[in-house]
Amino acid sequence: MQQDGLILELQNGNQRAFERIYELYSESTYGIIFSIVNDEKVAEEILQDVFMKIWDNASTYDSDKGRFFTWILNIARNASIDKLRSKDFKNKRQNLPSDNFVDILETRTNYAAATDAIGIKKFIGALEPICKKLIDLLFFKGFTQKETAEELKMPLGSVKTKNRACIKSLRKLVLE
Amino acid sequence: MDLQEYISSGILELYVCGALSEEESREVSHELKQHPEIREEVEEIEKALSQLAIGVAPYNPEHLLASLKSKIEDRNGETTIPVRRKTSTVFAYLGWAASFLLLIGLFFLFNRNNDLRESLRTQQARNAQMEQQIADARANAESARELLAMIRDRNTRRIPLAGQAVAPDSYATVYWNTEENQAFIDAQGLPEPPRGKVYQVWSLTMQPLKPTSIGLLSNFTADENKVFQMRNTNNSEAFGITLEPEGGSETPTMDQLYVMGTVSTP
Repeated sequence: MQQDGLILELQNGNQRAFERIYELYSESTYGIIFSIVNDEKVAEEILQDVFMKIWDNASTYDSDKGRFFTWILNIARNASIDKLRSKDFKNKRQNLPSDNFVDILETRTNYAAATDAIGIKKFIGALEPICKKLIDLLFFKGFTQKETAEELKMPLGSVKTKNRACIKSLRKLVLE
Repeated sequence: MDLQEYISSGILELYVCGALSEEESREVSHELKQHPEIREEVEEIEKALSQLAIGVAPYNPEHLLASLKSKIEDRNGETTIPVRRKTSTVFAYLGWAASFLLLIGLFFLFNRNNDLRESLRTQQARNAQMEQQIADARANAESARELLAMIRDRNTRRIPLAGQAVAPDSYATVYWNTEENQAFIDAQGLPEPPRGKVYQVWSLTMQPLKPTSIGLLSNFTADENKVFQMRNTNNSEAFGITLEPEGGSETPTMDQLYVMGTVSTP
């Protein structure tokens, strides 16, 4: 999935490469951002900023440090959390969004745009509750292993093995 | 390295989520580049999580690309050769002003930190106090429960002691458990003893009249409940309480007999 050549071209400032990267990563990145800010308009603004950052800072991506997907994930989560903390956002929305990805999927009524949402919703229902929490914290919220262990009052090692089992069942559901 | 074990440890999932430390992450990247099996597994994990995130996206934000492209083009137009300007003295002054402000800020933070530490200490002291109060309350409740159990016991006899010549209005009650040889003296009806004096409780046998001391009501003033527990192994026929000099007496001072009552035969 990770196309090293494409990333290299992006790093060289190739606009076509950027467009391709956008096609590959924008929708999932939008989902991550939306799961944190829970506001379509705001999430769109952040998504734009995130992709501008990807364009501007592409040269700082280092495949020795981690995956390109993870690099984008970090930029998206940080930008969203910064927005959540910013004053104008707090003023605009008195009640901070507490929804996690499960709530979002379960309350979704318009499936027209998100092609796979119906399928996703079905397999989310099949996930264990602890899996929903683990995936929410580790993937969507960007908690570290240690922070997750503390939040869920689980041993550090269990976070690792349980999360593996959870993503494994997620994989099975996605493939179906 | 056992590849299967490495893969099933769960480290790759944390790696994709970005939940590992930078060092751990580098290690995984290193392994990934050497073992295609690991790379394949990581890509599978990525695919699943990516699908999940796509499901959360309200719609496909395709239309944003156009505005991004125009922004990028604008930015490319801007990338002119940066001109190196000579730093003017204004910047030097600004530097000094900034350091000064920083110093003030630091001082403010230092003070604030001290305040917080102080209030933390006060809170801790308050907590300790509360804990003590809770422990006291618990001990009180425990002794009240014991007392109640004793009073309710079928082997406990209640002996009312009536006021005598020196203090006709006073009264007291003895709860005597003859099985366990325990006596509780309820001395609420006794006046506060004068300074340097103490009440002494006596068990009496009538024929011949023989008093035996069973204890002092020490700390009378401080004890709020005015219930005193003592041991009584005597075959008491009556109980009396006298006022004695501090430390108690060998024999009761009969003209200071405050209350007395006989044990009725059961």
